[in-house]
Amino acid sequence: MENKVTKETILRISGVNPRKCMRCGKCSGTCPSYDEMEYHPHQFVYMVENGEIEPLLKSKSIYKCLSCFACVERCPRDVEPAKLVEAIRLAVIRQQGENHLKPETIPEVLNADLPQQAIVSAFRKYSK
Amino acid sequence: MKFSYYPGCTLKTKAKELDRYARLSAEALGFTLEELPEWQCCGGTYPMAKDEIATKLSSVRALASARDAGQDLVTLCSACHNVIKQVNSDMQNDENIALKANNYLQLEEEYHGETRVLHYLEVLRDVVGFDEIAKKVTNPLKGRKIGAYYGCLLLRPGKVMQMDNPENPAILEDFIRAIGATPVKYAMRNECCGGYVTLEDPEISRKKSGAVLHNAKDSGVEMLATACPLCLYNLNQNPDGYDIPVVYFTELLAEALGLKEGGN
Amino acid sequence: MQRIGVFICHCGTNIAATVDVKAVAEALKHEPGVVFSTDYPYMCSEAGQNIVKDAIRDYHLSGVVICSCSPRMHEATFRKAAAVAGLNPYMVEIANIREQCSWIHKDIPQATEKAITLGKAAIAKVHLNAPLYAGESPVVKRALVIGGGIAGIQTALDIADAGFPVDIVETKPTIGGKMTQLDKTFPTLDCAACILTPKMVDCAQNENIKIYSYSEVTDVKGFVGNFTVTIKRKARYVDETKCTGCGICTEKCPMKKVPNEFNLGMNNRSAVYIPFAQAVPKVATIDPEHCNMLKKGKCGLCAKVCTAGAIDYKQKDEFIEEQYGAIVVATGYNPINLDKFDEFAYSQSKDVITSLEFERLTNAAGPTSGTLLRPSDGKHPHTIVFVQCVGSRDTSGCGKEYCSKICCMYTAKHAMLTREKYPDTDVYVFYIDVRTPGKSFDEFYRRAVEQYGVHYIKGMVGKIVPQADGTLAVQASDLLDNKQLHINADLVVLAAAIEPDKSARPLATMLTASMDTNDFFTEAHPKLRPVESPTAGVFLSGTCQGPKDIPETVSQAGAAASKVIGLLCKDKLTCNPCVAHSDEWMCNGCSACEKVCPYGAITYEDKEFRMPDRTTAIRRVAIVNEAVCQGCGACTVACPSGAMDLKGFSNSQIMAEVDAICK
Repeated sequence: MENKVTKETILRISGVNPRKCMRCGKCSGTCPSYDEMEYHPHQFVYMVENGEIEPLLKSKSIYKCLSCFACVERCPRDVEPAKLVEAIRLAVIRQQGENHLKPETIPEVLNADLPQQAIVSAFRKYSK
Repeated sequence: MKFSYYPGCTLKTKAKELDRYARLSAEALGFTLEELPEWQCCGGTYPMAKDEIATKLSSVRALASARDAGQDLVTLCSACHNVIKQVNSDMQNDENIALKANNYLQLEEEYHGETRVLHYLEVLRDVVGFDEIAKKVTNPLKGRKIGAYYGCLLLRPGKVMQMDNPENPAILEDFIRAIGATPVKYAMRNECCGGYVTLEDPEISRKKSGAVLHNAKDSGVEMLATACPLCLYNLNQNPDGYDIPVVYFTELLAEALGLKEGGN
Repeated sequence: MQRIGVFICHCGTNIAATVDVKAVAEALKHEPGVVFSTDYPYMCSEAGQNIVKDAIRDYHLSGVVICSCSPRMHEATFRKAAAVAGLNPYMVEIANIREQCSWIHKDIPQATEKAITLGKAAIAKVHLNAPLYAGESPVVKRALVIGGGIAGIQTALDIADAGFPVDIVETKPTIGGKMTQLDKTFPTLDCAACILTPKMVDCAQNENIKIYSYSEVTDVKGFVGNFTVTIKRKARYVDETKCTGCGICTEKCPMKKVPNEFNLGMNNRSAVYIPFAQAVPKVATIDPEHCNMLKKGKCGLCAKVCTAGAIDYKQKDEFIEEQYGAIVVATGYNPINLDKFDEFAYSQSKDVITSLEFERLTNAAGPTSGTLLRPSDGKHPHTIVFVQCVGSRDTSGCGKEYCSKICCMYTAKHAMLTREKYPDTDVYVFYIDVRTPGKSFDEFYRRAVEQYGVHYIKGMVGKIVPQADGTLAVQASDLLDNKQLHINADLVVLAAAIEPDKSARPLATMLTASMDTNDFFTEAHPKLRPVESPTAGVFLSGTCQGPKDIPETVSQAGAAASKVIGLLCKDKLTCNPCVAHSDEWMCNGCSACEKVCPYGAITYEDKEFRMPDRTTAIRRVAIVNEAVCQGCGACTVACPSGAMDLKGFSNSQIMAEVDAICK
């Protein structure tokens, strides 16, 4: 990646203040995708606060978040970890050639019952 | 009583029954859904980033159009509802987003979140009233043990959706009771089915849907009712050995009101 | 013309670092009437006070202006000093150049200018000051304690020990409060009932203590030393004076399916009931919600079996009025409602319980006679998960922002006792932080870990799913191991946040006592006056002021009692002479002042007036009872004709201050 993504960029995109986190771990206690992720919701909060953006950008974890808002709903301090995951993912796919989902792969994964909603959502999440 | 109505992309294709039974039932219950003359896909998932403007515009157009019609905006699909209600909240509370969206759209009258967004279920509960519905039921679904499946998007984030207690909701259970069936409460009713990740990694949604079905079965659920086409798909794709049919709540409503062809 | 002395305090650097005190002294020296102006590092020190006293004598001062901290801090100090030097204390005015100037400004010239302006305003006021003489009011030598938990009990016992009569008003049928529901108490593990019930009995037997159980305070009038309180004695349909507490009625009552609130609904009681064996007073109460006789007029069995003839279905709520010199609030706490935390499945499974419910499940007088059994199936739980901070430290709007303070310790106690009694049980405690600042507290928690093998896990439970086999699938994080854990538990115990009792808010309104945003009563000073409310004569005891454990509650209860005793020892209280008075000639008898007076200090009288043409006229005019007036000034604002004025804060004095500032 050409441009270095800074902590400030992530905070600006997400609107999240990671300092509100009191390190309770409820986000990672409730996350349904925890086992699929290399970095977990609480780590997104810690690592962004510590400026460790690079490993997050490279991690496949950003495509495993279900955007189910469980961590947002249940965080006792209103930190909204999902918004950090989204901001990191955007920082990646907004760069040229970094689309995670490409239109040409769609026919392979399509099945007759799949609702349109799944396809448009996936494009929103994975491509620019 | 008339409402502006935003069906969303999937209700025009894969989830036609969700839409059709909703309209049929609405007429029977004394309200009309007037489909917005022009609407575009909401995008299926709420763009959480503060600097995402373009991806919110289709929702803003729908909202402004309902405002201009002087009507509340009714949605049915959980995902559309989630996106449009959250964008509406941004237009009310986030000056920057509202400014940029309005600059871009150049509407005749700026939009600042004036429209009230209602889920079809909210219309049933707050406008018609579940008691009234119960009175109009001609074919009560007696003896059916139905689990409400809220999924993740219908109620969360609770502060924005303001539809029901996101951790201990009652709206679908009350609905199930109103149509004469027996609601069965189970813990996974507000957990995610796996959502759009199914496209790339069906294994995740298999696990997530499996966990929902397992808990529903454990709790004595014989049928699941949902408001979301993607939930329906994920749960149906991954039966994991559980023989629990998953249906749209509007289909059950139409059946109870005696509007479903082939029903009795 | 007054002869005024001006004294500028540096308050160390508190004032002098931001305000050029020399410049202020110099500027104020040239104000009209000022004959002396000086500055000093600590005006409140003995040396500082001596400067004031000496100047009063040497310069024959008739008025004094002190530019210093808030009058709440040292007004009394300087008034006393003036009185010693022979000046009427009400000729002293304070200009607050600390809280309202130096502490809130950074720019020295700006702060200096403001200090000079504030000084000028005070000087302008002193020109119009007149000597005032404080009257006295008698003190009713009886105290009221609202709430009969351990806080109220301890306060009442201490006041009674000093020889003063004290009444306890308790809304439940028995005194004892939450502590009666506890099993053991940390960190010494003595039995709660063993140490509490003797105190309850002491209350009942102490001739200075009167217990109004099943009663509520419904109205408070008056002021420090002279409160008039209305107490509603709810109908309990049992004559307290006749009931012997034999319990036959409770055995014979056919309505046995009433959820027992003493056991938090985990078993049932009868419609006529005695909350528990050691209840004080030990008399029965009929629950009108569930009694068939009271609801439908059918039954009457309890009256038939009562050999004392104590049952009285016709009893009505009774209102009594009592006089008190001091009021102690001891309304206590409750665990919060967990409806917004159903990710823990509290509403879905009987085996997800609160910590208070756990106390009942381990208590010999509880629903399981003290054997730890699962509420769902009565089996022994083999894996127990404790969840800390459920609703505490929560800014999301679902819970409380504060730390509930007692949960870390009682959870350590629960975990330890479980492992002690049932060593085959696995016990997990999920924590955010373990907070154990108290005597022998951290040692206690470490014993739970080291000696009893309780698994403490830094992390939080995120979801609980009840399973068909009766277990609870607990999903949680282990932050130190960076893992998501899945534990199949038999019992989950939630450490629910605590909040002030719901009765506290309306009571605070009745008492005109202030509260914080969480509905805890505010203390007069957070460090130096922790057991007094800012409202004179109202004192605070126990958790109504903030979360507290039992040792802290008892110390605070004793402290509140000592303050009450200090007040009741006095025969008379010096009244505030800054009271309202009405100019009879200007008063038009409209009653506006009477309506706004919160103390009932204003009455109206028909008075005969001599008119200029030698006739007489009868006019209705306001009369202020100076002993009752608290000088709040509401009447002076309400009065449309300007007849009402406040001594020491007259309309002309206030206007003079405003003029001086605007000049």
